[in-house]
Amino acid sequence: MAGALHTTFNYAGSQTLASQIEQGAQADVFASADTAHMKILQDAGLLAGTPRVFAHNRLEIAVERGNPKAIHGLADLARPGLVIVLADPSVPAGKYAQQALAKAGVSVKPASLELQVTSVLTKVALGEADAGVVYVSDVVTSGKVDGIAIPDAQNVIADYPIAKLSSAQNAKGANDFITFLLSSKGQAILFGAGFEAA
Amino acid sequence: MALAAAGLLLFLLPLAGLVIRAPWSQVVPALVAPETATALGLSIFCSLSATALALVFGIPLAVVLARTKGTLRSVLRALTTLPMVLSPVVGGVALLLAFGRRGLIGAALHQAFGIQVPFTTAAAVIAETFVAMPFLVIAVEAGIRAMDHRYEEAARALGAGSWRVFARVTLPLLRPAIFSGAVLCWARALGEFGATITFAGNLPGRTQTIPLAVYVALETQPEGAIALSLILLAVSLAILIGMRDRWLGSL
Repeated sequence: MAGALHTTFNYAGSQTLASQIEQGAQADVFASADTAHMKILQDAGLLAGTPRVFAHNRLEIAVERGNPKAIHGLADLARPGLVIVLADPSVPAGKYAQQALAKAGVSVKPASLELQVTSVLTKVALGEADAGVVYVSDVVTSGKVDGIAIPDAQNVIADYPIAKLSSAQNAKGANDFITFLLSSKGQAILFGAGFEAA
Repeated sequence: MALAAAGLLLFLLPLAGLVIRAPWSQVVPALVAPETATALGLSIFCSLSATALALVFGIPLAVVLARTKGTLRSVLRALTTLPMVLSPVVGGVALLLAFGRRGLIGAALHQAFGIQVPFTTAAAVIAETFVAMPFLVIAVEAGIRAMDHRYEEAARALGAGSWRVFARVTLPLLRPAIFSGAVLCWARALGEFGATITFAGNLPGRTQTIPLAVYVALETQPEGAIALSLILLAVSLAILIGMRDRWLGSL
């Protein structure tokens, strides 16, 4: 590939990143785990173009390797005695989890509301939590937990938008990166990591 | 003089920013919101409990430290001050690996008694004690080494047993050091975030102390976060200003 683009990544919950950008943090591109946080930036006039959806994701239940607590669906999460960890509702993954639980008619008493979905995954992987609701892509890339599928009727499809920011200092680079993500090559990489194509 | 002024500005400017940019119209509603009261109550309970634990375990530890010599003292001191230099999140991870369900001690506790430490208020107290106790130990140890030991020797010469010497002579002489150490310890415990969220988690009413509540609020409603920060600032200032100079001694 001629003229490789040098990229630096700043990872955090979408609500954290959106907040930072609103407060003046400089970046070229912003990718969000939901359209709501992208819209916040759009309404604030901080985008330099229309957002495009580059991937989808859906929720999955993460459990310890081997599923020792025999969890088979969202309904099992309400079982007394289980330690369930969710993302805080202010985090997109947490918001989606609440929606999925509402769809399934399940009321869960979580032990903790984590500030990023990766923390939920970590707590399950470390054995501190019996189960957590994370994205399919999290389970795929982790390799340290097992995933229990959530049926489509209860699941939530997350739309991931991406956009160039008005504070971008490398406009061409930003465009190239977004174009690559939307290309068949980029989509193949995303698919391999557990995301669903745009 | 100029350097001192610059140093003072470093402290004043952020605090001024907090007070000046505060959305005062939203402070009162945030103050009376039940979530605020819960977080504040929890913060005060956990920080005071952590300070109490630090006093119970830290004062004897400081005495041992002050009396040990040589390499053993260096090792002990390194161990007791490690939490101060460790990133709080790293401290939280370490606590998980020790007291978590699969932890060194935690696994045995869980298997034998079904006790789970993480995600409880006790875990928040433990996390705060872990990061704040070193402040107390350092202050008390310094006090012991600066103390005039002749009073203790005189008491012993007059026939007092070692426990009596400790309780009636040593501790009262150490009062300024213990006080300033306790205040520093309490202040550190009150502001603890990283170890708490990693080890104890984040749940309103059980583990969501004010620093955690501020962080969560910061992204969804910054005005509420600023209001919460002001409340914590006011509580801290009230206690610190209320401390009389003569009580603080070396602080």
